[in-house]
Amino acid sequence: MMQTLKAVLAAAVVAVGVAAPAIAEDPVKVGFIYVGPANDGGWSQHHHEAAMKMKEHFGDAVEVVEQESVPEGADAERVMTQMALSGVDLIFTTSFGYMDPTINVAKKFPNVKFEHATGFKTAPNVSVYSARFYEGRAVTGYIAGAMTKTNKIGYIASFPIPEVIRGINSTHIHAKKANPDVTLNVIWLYTWFDPGKEADATQAMLDQGVDVILAHTDSTAPLATLEKQGGYGFGQAADMIEFAPEPRLSSIIDEWAPYYIERVQAVMDGTWESVNTWYGITEGMVGIGEFSEVIPEDVRAEAAKMRDDIASGAYHPFTGPLNKQDGTPWLAEGEVADDGTLAGMTFYVEGIEGDVPN
Amino acid sequence: MIRLEKRPTPSRLWTALTPLVAVLATVIAGGLMFAALGKDPVEAIRTIFYDPLFNEQFASYSRPQLLVKAGPLILIAIGLSLGFKAGIWNIGAEGQYIMGAICGGGVGLALYPSESPLIFPLMVLAGALGGWAWAMIPAILKTKFNTNEILVSLLLVYVAEQLLASVSLGLLRSPDGGGFPGSRNFQHWDAAANVELFPGTGMHWGVVAAFIAVIGAYVLLARHMLGYQIRLTGAAPRAARFSGVNPTRLIVTCLGLSGALAGLAGMFEVSGPAGQLSIDFGSNYGFTAIIVAFLGRLHPVGILLAGLLMALTYIGGELAQFMLGLPAAAIQAFQGMLLFFLLAVDVLTNFRIRLIKSEVA
Repeated sequence: MMQTLKAVLAAAVVAVGVAAPAIAEDPVKVGFIYVGPANDGGWSQHHHEAAMKMKEHFGDAVEVVEQESVPEGADAERVMTQMALSGVDLIFTTSFGYMDPTINVAKKFPNVKFEHATGFKTAPNVSVYSARFYEGRAVTGYIAGAMTKTNKIGYIASFPIPEVIRGINSTHIHAKKANPDVTLNVIWLYTWFDPGKEADATQAMLDQGVDVILAHTDSTAPLATLEKQGGYGFGQAADMIEFAPEPRLSSIIDEWAPYYIERVQAVMDGTWESVNTWYGITEGMVGIGEFSEVIPEDVRAEAAKMRDDIASGAYHPFTGPLNKQDGTPWLAEGEVADDGTLAGMTFYVEGIEGDVPN
Repeated sequence: MIRLEKRPTPSRLWTALTPLVAVLATVIAGGLMFAALGKDPVEAIRTIFYDPLFNEQFASYSRPQLLVKAGPLILIAIGLSLGFKAGIWNIGAEGQYIMGAICGGGVGLALYPSESPLIFPLMVLAGALGGWAWAMIPAILKTKFNTNEILVSLLLVYVAEQLLASVSLGLLRSPDGGGFPGSRNFQHWDAAANVELFPGTGMHWGVVAAFIAVIGAYVLLARHMLGYQIRLTGAAPRAARFSGVNPTRLIVTCLGLSGALAGLAGMFEVSGPAGQLSIDFGSNYGFTAIIVAFLGRLHPVGILLAGLLMALTYIGGELAQFMLGLPAAAIQAFQGMLLFFLLAVDVLTNFRIRLIKSEVA
């Protein structure tokens, strides 16, 4: 009985998939759900802007509906259900905490397609997508190591989840490459977006003699503080070019628009299927902002080479020999980290001081 | 010129009418705001108030969702209203709600993966106790050291939020979560899940508890000695003391009750609609319930209606956002107007408006 039902459902999915191009005059309806306000200056705004670029690309062939400031949990589930009921064909749920709600709602609407950002649970009609931000961290970490005069660099971290820990590790490894004497200071803020806290953390690290600061939070507050107090920083999620050439040395830019265009196109063509996307510099989902002229020529060249080598696949930011923080071997000489380990990374590499909060 | 004249006793007529006037004024002012934003005001109001209930496309889903959203609001607001009536201001229900979820969820998770039928009742008990204990802090500080319960209960919300973040990342983090924050999902564990009792109705144990709380509060206020003491203390604190009301006991009882109900709401929410403890679990139910309590005139039946109305503005507001492209802030402003107008027209309850000729100075 269950098998028959599944077969019928599967057939229905296929039928809809095939039927879609036939009614091409009907615009494809695409929904976006954001965790913060669409003008938060950080994560949500960047998704919103990518949605607008996607809309621009397709024009009248696409109708975009958006919902901002949706709390993770029961409210998210309701918003998704209502969007699905309103006839949306494809829904992008753009925050990690939407994972279980997305899976729950997707079960009820086998004909609606879902794309969940930064999660790890998939279903026949649920894809996940994220970016290899750690590749960008390698480049900015290298620059940070080369630019510090006090040999102390700081890292403003949000939540101790694998994505953030990967970034810290990648930063540390590559800062050491540029400057073996460097130490990395990590401050945990437990928020993605809180300009006040981010500014305070920046100031606190400056007071401890840190002179280059990287952030894994979303606002421009760290750069604004550095601009007043001296020291260097980087753009995060957005280019933040308005802080160049000082204090902004470079940036890691999230480029979601090409992916959104690709996936909407797949729905139009009837070729959409569930995928687990983890794109990096190679595919253009992670962009490296222009290098500031205050970075010495040779460092810029070295950073550019690193960026290009990552893009071409010649270099992986997690290449052995690497030990875990407690000294146990992780990767042997020349060995490269596999995606599974990276996706669930909860440990620091050797040389980072302090513990991952638990 | 217009003059306000204090009524000897609050007008009963206006007490009943002000919520309706406030809703009407909100609809008009909100309509103007939507029009200023370039949206059709009639369509916006219809989407907020009518579509969730009667639109063919949404109603079958939205109607049960009204109960899901209103359940915790009503449960918390009933508890708050008892204290508010007696002039005891528990502003920290959000914290008690979070603590109820942490304690209820935590007790459940400690027994994972047992399938014993006792787990859910145990979680209910722990949830109520968690909320109660959190409310006892301002209660004891107030009765022993005469601190202000408004400040203490409010500040404890932020402490509860930090605790929530801490357990989501550490103690109660799901071992199967790949290092990501958040507990196990209770919906995937039958013994601990707060399930929908009748499929498609939205009715879960939290909603049942809310209805019981409404009836209980009604009986308490109308028939019980404690209810009488609460009403008397609110109306005339000095007279209450002379007639033998023990203020310490009343403070401890009212704060404890409201804390326990908020804790219950949190526990039912985490094991049901929300599913898991996570850093962002608290979704301001505890604060919104304050509005619901006042919108319902601190009366159990009024709170029931106000909770449903508030839930309607949430669900309709979400529809209006993505159907009409209204910003979330506009919906929040719309909800804010409701409280604002309620407080504003409240003047009519206690004052009479007199038109008098201006006198020569």
